[in-house]
Amino acid sequence: MEIFEIVIYFILLGLLSTSIRVVTTSNVIHAAISLVFTLALTAVLFLMLSTEFVALVLVLVYIGAVIVLFLFGIMITRAPLGKNAELDNDKNKKLGALISGSIFFLFSYILINGFDGEVVITSGSSTELLGEILLSRFVFPFELVSFVLLAALIGGITLARKDEALIEEDQV
Amino acid sequence: MIIQPVLVVAAALFSLGIYGILVRRNAVMVLLSIELILNSVNINFIMFDTMLADTMMQGQIFTIFIITIAAAEVGIGLAIVLMLFRNRQTANINEFDLMKW
Repeated sequence: MEIFEIVIYFILLGLLSTSIRVVTTSNVIHAAISLVFTLALTAVLFLMLSTEFVALVLVLVYIGAVIVLFLFGIMITRAPLGKNAELDNDKNKKLGALISGSIFFLFSYILINGFDGEVVITSGSSTELLGEILLSRFVFPFELVSFVLLAALIGGITLARKDEALIEEDQV
Repeated sequence: MIIQPVLVVAAALFSLGIYGILVRRNAVMVLLSIELILNSVNINFIMFDTMLADTMMQGQIFTIFIITIAAAEVGIGLAIVLMLFRNRQTANINEFDLMKW
């Protein structure tokens, strides 16, 4: 069990360093790639806690779809690729550091004092049970969430497309 | 294995996301920071789920729901940023001041 904890601590260290890079780098592509590493390390952490289905969903949905969407967004909005000193709002830096630092200390104080539990790692797959619970006890929220996703995607397409008919009638 | 280090790292991810939202100027970078916050919440859910060894696995199920909602949020958010870019020729959130007073 000792080597397990060492690996977990290395993952946590990697999570911290990559997520700091996401918010401090002055290169937009580097920020997106660092987010990929953050999410991949999170997936590894989930795998080590034997919640492998969530880890796979994280890799498929986040790294497979969301990051690609972000890269498209960066390219389409013509953000200056490469180093860009204008990316950060220097006026807000001190205030942002103050607010986020105080939130961090408050949260860690509460979490350290409020919860002291031990995680007992159980080996073995839990995916079959998860699927049964998801489609029996939680079937209504599951359908609701899928409907929300459908509505959001239709809304996204409607927002982002150019409406040729309206442009021709000079209504836009 | 004690859970406090993981929870503290999740709190650090949350506050780094807040910092990114407050400091970044590009709207796509703000959405990227929101993903960091959602990721920290996911870590907390999974950690407590494994700690409590819940037979209903509610932590994992809520994590899956959060991931789905995050995908929907990114789709809508990027569509709005694209729309704003088309109208204003910039993705700088300081320029979007139509609803400010």
